Amino acid sequence: MQELINRIKELLADGTVARALGWRAGDLPYNPEPAYFETAESLQDFVYNGFCGANLSKYMIEASKLEGRTLVCLKPCDTYSFNQLLKEHRVDREKAYIIGVGCKGKLDIEKIRQQGIKGIQSISGAELTDEGETLTIQTIYGEKTCAYKDAMLERCHVCKGKEHKIYDELIGESKDTKDAERFAEVERIEAMTPEEKFAFFRSELSKCIRCNACRNVCPACSCRKCVFDSVKFDSSQKANVDSFEEKMFHVIRAFHVAGRCTDCGECSRVCPQGIPLHLFNRKFIKDIDELYGEYQAGEDAEAIAPLTSFTFDDAEPSIVGKRG
Amino acid sequence: MQRIGVFVCHCGSNIAATVDVKKVVEMVQMEPGVVHAEDYQYMCSEAGQAKIAAAIQEKGLTGIVVCSCSPRMHEATFRKAAERAGLNPYMVEIANIREHCSWIHKNIEEATEKAVILARAAIAKVNLNTSLKPGESRVTKRALVIGGGIAGIQTALDIADAGYEVDIVEKTPSIGGRMSQLDKTFPTLDCSACILTPKMVEAAAHEKIKIYTYSEVEKVSGFVGDFTVDIRKKARSVDMDKCTGCGVCQEKCPSKKAPSEFNRGLNTRSAIYTPFAQAIPNVPVIDRENCIKFKTGKCGVCSKVCQAGAIDYDQQDEIVTEKYGAIVVATGFDTIKLDNYDEYAYSQSKDVITSLELERIMNAAGPTKGHLERLSDGKAPKEMVFIQCVGSRCADNRGKSYCSKICCMYTAKHAMLIRDKYPDVNVTVFYIDVRTPGKNFDEFYRRAVEQYGVNYIKGQVGKVIPQPNGKLLVQGADLLDNKQILKEADMVVLATAIEPNPDVRKIATMLTASIDTNNFLTEAHAKLRPVESPTAGIFLSGVCQGPKDIPETVAQAGAAAVKAIGLLAKDKLLTNPCTAQADELMCNGCSTCANVCPYGAITYETRLVNDHGIREDRRIAVVNSALCQGCGACTVACPSGAMDLQGFSNRQIIAEVDAICR
Repeated sequence: MQELINRIKELLADGTVARALGWRAGDLPYNPEPAYFETAESLQDFVYNGFCGANLSKYMIEASKLEGRTLVCLKPCDTYSFNQLLKEHRVDREKAYIIGVGCKGKLDIEKIRQQGIKGIQSISGAELTDEGETLTIQTIYGEKTCAYKDAMLERCHVCKGKEHKIYDELIGESKDTKDAERFAEVERIEAMTPEEKFAFFRSELSKCIRCNACRNVCPACSCRKCVFDSVKFDSSQKANVDSFEEKMFHVIRAFHVAGRCTDCGECSRVCPQGIPLHLFNRKFIKDIDELYGEYQAGEDAEAIAPLTSFTFDDAEPSIVGKRG
Repeated sequence: MQRIGVFVCHCGSNIAATVDVKKVVEMVQMEPGVVHAEDYQYMCSEAGQAKIAAAIQEKGLTGIVVCSCSPRMHEATFRKAAERAGLNPYMVEIANIREHCSWIHKNIEEATEKAVILARAAIAKVNLNTSLKPGESRVTKRALVIGGGIAGIQTALDIADAGYEVDIVEKTPSIGGRMSQLDKTFPTLDCSACILTPKMVEAAAHEKIKIYTYSEVEKVSGFVGDFTVDIRKKARSVDMDKCTGCGVCQEKCPSKKAPSEFNRGLNTRSAIYTPFAQAIPNVPVIDRENCIKFKTGKCGVCSKVCQAGAIDYDQQDEIVTEKYGAIVVATGFDTIKLDNYDEYAYSQSKDVITSLELERIMNAAGPTKGHLERLSDGKAPKEMVFIQCVGSRCADNRGKSYCSKICCMYTAKHAMLIRDKYPDVNVTVFYIDVRTPGKNFDEFYRRAVEQYGVNYIKGQVGKVIPQPNGKLLVQGADLLDNKQILKEADMVVLATAIEPNPDVRKIATMLTASIDTNNFLTEAHAKLRPVESPTAGIFLSGVCQGPKDIPETVAQAGAAAVKAIGLLAKDKLLTNPCTAQADELMCNGCSTCANVCPYGAITYETRLVNDHGIREDRRIAVVNSALCQGCGACTVACPSGAMDLQGFSNRQIIAEVDAICR
């Protein structure tokens, strides 16, 4: 982390960048938050550890409008989102100075809590430089330990790889943490009967409190004016009509990001209700892979996306009916 | 608020017998904006139109809903009527209560309820309609004909004779198509080449016709009156200007093992070849896959013997870009593959052949120089069996559901020709039905039976079994005598179903012309617009639209030409005002719309936008309304809903859905 901070200081000092986008320590040991740093002094609050799950790509939309370049710290999976935004002309490559930061998997505090670890005072072992495979947690009930792997976010178990897809320089080592099948859960749901599926999604989505955290954090949900808010349509407040329409909000959102979602998993990470929202997106990704050949949004900034292109080999629309 | 008039048509009894039109009138009066509603027997009649005009003037209507037939029938009629009465034609909406309602329902109560719902949707839409004004676009006075068979040649000749330039694009090295492969033509039995080649020569010599052979359409953009087409001229490896057509290269070519496409693979040809003697142009091509020079780098015999120095091994494919006002598709047909019909032993015995192969065998320029002989041993057959409907009228998924139409007649022709030339050969035809409507057709078939003694058996063949003695055992049924038949034959001829040329799918997609489940191109109207595609500016000629014989093909080719000429004769076309527009306050500039636009109508510009006081430069989509065809692909692809289609706005469509679901 110190190496990273020193480098940011240098780049701020020599005027290469006007500001840096990173994470600042939060009020608790496990909730760092995205923040701008414009001076060397402000960097004393800078943190980068296993709890820095937040994908900073989306902040670059606004940062692209600011004077001067913005340094942004991107983890390997965040670079997919940046590429996708670049492809959609939403960020300006010239306005970004990307430091590809190392990553050995990001942590989910809920997973730690689920192991009965409560009253957390401090956590060690979450730094990128920490060699161990174990987190040591000081709680008001004494010291507890937890395997790093067992505390990882779901998305890190299906890690897309340790390579940064776009960067100006790299700091820190990364690790490929994949140890599960990406589509296993989707396949489990696909195997359900329509009634079971409906029951599953009704049960999950009924937890939604429409806080819009998923939409606000999603790098693909970056419209200037979301259709759910736009007064141009009579649908503007439709999601508030009843609980069915509210559930449709998530289905429609999944359609809107289909083919553009990089599967960064931020929607599920930020959901205060723990709804596995990424499953909708992953179902679309699986379908796209099967119908149009493997495609990873954000792999690069040039590839033509299957849903917004046409080739003679494309699946016929009737395939949807046949697949059921 | 609009002042809407609703006009409910009885369409004689077409609508009124199933829909309670009086009830519809009563119900729609309760809808918001409706100030007038009436019903009439025939709204499309002059009296009906006069009622609409009178109501517009007397009641000051600002919007019209006509509950009648499909808008494809009379939308234009009612729009013109409204325009004459001083209303913008785009303030008229049609609720289709005939095709969508009365014709498909039986229960009056239910049909009436549905008619009211459909009317309600149209009323909800008209409430949001705005006046629209069409623009103008120019017409390029040149036509493209895709396919150089008899259909394409005839269409091109007719268009050229009317004084317009026509280009023919033909995939193979020569024009002529399937007809050039035929020996004789029914019902007159004149030689196919003798009547086709004069037309080929005429087309080649016509000053208004340009022929691209060994070429394919690669890309089509633009729209009616103004298409831009990329044509790939495949490398012939022979300089068309230098070649004298002497044919020495073909004689001397040492590689002679390539199957002859023209003779349906029944014999071979050289690697440098013209498909047939009367080919136009009479310039060979080098089949690079079979050419020793291209395979090994050594040989070059053709180049050495060519006195004109026309051989050019380095020739490359060339892309020619041309503009056209109209495009005629004349891609023709092929026979189906017989993989699903193994019971007829086509793959097992050389003596089981398709009818098109028989044409080549009977032809003097064919693989047997016109002698009827078995391909296995060269012996003259004594017993021949013809099997009809192989792959046609098929109830399961093995073949085609349709009747290929030409087989009954060409089989009668084959049977007659064989009996005439070889009276000692017995000919038996197994058929499901003999279908011979057409001028002099049934007489022709009866001659085969009565005069030439062809043995017709009503019944299907179950199996053809090659025998150790070289004969073919045909197992069939005689349905009229209700008995099984076992017959030993020397040759079996399969009347193989025809299907549209497999390339038509690609071409239809390029043209955005629709095709049906059998890959036949769809007409704009099955009865009233049979030679036009629903896509404006695209016309259909020949078998690409449906099975046809030569006279029908020629007639349709002429009809397609007339439609194309009608278009080319215009200087300007009115453009559809229902084009897309981007809302600059909502556009993300993400390029999704441009990626999905099939017409290349969307570009981007950076523009200073004032978004409620925030002034910033934004990348905004710009639609070229001359190119936009109003397909709406962008409006559904746009994630923020910034793209909207005039006349079919997102709000209008949602209002319709809401009205239906109310």
